[in-house]
Amino acid sequence: MPKGGRLDTSAVCALGLALMFGLPYLLDTYGIVEFTVFVVMAILSLSLGFIWGYGGILSFGQSAFFGLGGYAYAVAAMNASDSTLPFLAAIVVPTLFAGLLGYFMFYGRISDTYLGVITLTVTVILFNVVNSTAGDAYHIGNAPLGGFNGMPSVPPLNIPGMPDRQLGPDELWYVAAGFLILVYAGLKFLLRSHFGRMVVAIRENESRAALLGYDTRRYKLLVFMIGGGIAGLAGCLFTNWGGFISPTVFSLATSAQIIIWVMVGGLSTLIGPIIGCIAIQYLVSSIGAQQVFNANLVLGTILLVFVLLVPQGVIPALLALAQRLRLPWPARDLGPRTAMDAES
Amino acid sequence: MDLAAIIALNILNGIGSLVLLSLGLAIIFGMMRVINLAHGEFLMLGAYTTVFTTNAGLNIWVAMLVVSPLVVGAIGVAVERGIIRFLYGRMVDTMLATWGLSLFIIGLITTIFGNTANGVPAPLGSFSVGDYRASYYSIVLIVIAAALMVAVYLVLRFTRFGLVARATMQNPNMASALGISPPRIYMATFGIGAAVSGLAGGVLAPISGIIPVMGAAYIAKAFITVVSGGASILAGTLAASTLFGLINQVATFGTTPVFGEVALFISAIVLLRALPQGITGRFFKGRL
Repeated sequence: MPKGGRLDTSAVCALGLALMFGLPYLLDTYGIVEFTVFVVMAILSLSLGFIWGYGGILSFGQSAFFGLGGYAYAVAAMNASDSTLPFLAAIVVPTLFAGLLGYFMFYGRISDTYLGVITLTVTVILFNVVNSTAGDAYHIGNAPLGGFNGMPSVPPLNIPGMPDRQLGPDELWYVAAGFLILVYAGLKFLLRSHFGRMVVAIRENESRAALLGYDTRRYKLLVFMIGGGIAGLAGCLFTNWGGFISPTVFSLATSAQIIIWVMVGGLSTLIGPIIGCIAIQYLVSSIGAQQVFNANLVLGTILLVFVLLVPQGVIPALLALAQRLRLPWPARDLGPRTAMDAES
Repeated sequence: MDLAAIIALNILNGIGSLVLLSLGLAIIFGMMRVINLAHGEFLMLGAYTTVFTTNAGLNIWVAMLVVSPLVVGAIGVAVERGIIRFLYGRMVDTMLATWGLSLFIIGLITTIFGNTANGVPAPLGSFSVGDYRASYYSIVLIVIAAALMVAVYLVLRFTRFGLVARATMQNPNMASALGISPPRIYMATFGIGAAVSGLAGGVLAPISGIIPVMGAAYIAKAFITVVSGGASILAGTLAASTLFGLINQVATFGTTPVFGEVALFISAIVLLRALPQGITGRFFKGRL
């Protein structure tokens, strides 16, 4: 079992690296810039895929951490000359915020549904607060928060220690794709560790894990914080992509999109959220171009259809189909929500 | 003295709005354990119905108190038949499906009516208390909220339907064995919850911006009120609305409306840490 799993992971990473270095030769600059944002969002999608698919924590407010990361980077980058500290801030701030929020939720032992409601609420609060910070009175250091207007001309990332050597759009592609592969491999590695097995065990049966003497609240809190940090990283890269951030990153529509990506791609896999994210974004950007159907209408329909008809998502459904047709690939069981997935 | 009267009116108004916003959700969640994330869109549809029928020449009171609840109630029944009934017992899937529905309705309304709609002015005008002015409509809102609470209480407590509905929610198998059809009760309960939301949307229409995404502004407040209220539909909604309405209005008076909302949400999260079952999990246990 571990052998097959490792092969899979390295194959996916190798394919990822090939795309990362190959796509710039296949696409023009516009195409690369478009794919960069797809890849950035795929990191965000992975963060929810991890905490929901493996940790069993359905956060309706993953966009809160995404937005916080973006804003933390923007505020810090406007105050600092070098982008290294702002980059770290974009990961640390959402992680700590997830820690604080998670403390209230997991140590309060509230149920899954209430957890969804609270994460949703926090996102709405952040949206309202940041939206209302227009005007000169609201600034942190040299950085005006801008309220509903957002924060334009955020300084881009630079090579650590060389403030004048800023990254261009083509270089941002390598950074974003590199981080996506890194996060994917890192999560795979984490899931194979003792910690990862515990996380899945808690998802499968929390009382049993608790009765075996594990502090399930602590594990869930850590999973939630890791998810928050990854979402923050995505937020930082997103701010870099456009050089701009506005309160819409906190909107419910953003949160809904993340859930749709994971749901469509497939729970309990890590590749599913990535594929789901890129496919749906491609679809939405094509809808935006043709202006016939409203994007909300399409997203809502997709979510409804998947919940009612394909609740396990596309990738697990395809794998199950391949197994039923006795195709040689894949050789292992990938049914949704089984403990085996921890190994994969 | 005048200031105190105005603040008291504002606080009552805040409580009344919270009751209106959350009662329909509380009925659906409290009776059926269904988290309806399309609740904000039910309110929005209620508001749209009132606005369009009023602008078409219908009396505004008839529009908001009769037409809106009927229209949204019918939509609620259709939603229950088409979507919710396949998902009973799967709470997370219900949340996701209703969120999908919420996006779908927003998209549909945007496609049909565009991004804005003409509002209706608040009827009845205003009166003055000393140096301060207040609108009669805010008093109407408080009265409607109170009347709605009383009506729901009377229906659940004293009618045959209320008895049957409560019995079905407690033990559907037993109710079924006694000759009651649980699916029909679920359908009716969901429809009534939707109708109450529609009425609330109609009543709130004159004092809110009529846009397709207006539901998003309400849904968080409605949810946090219902969740903090806990298992008892009416006692919980009333207790949570009173607490949060008070906190919200006092904080708004001290700072800005936005930070009034922040105070509301933060107090709700702290409250849920202390009382994970909501207020009625500890106090007023077992009330309706």
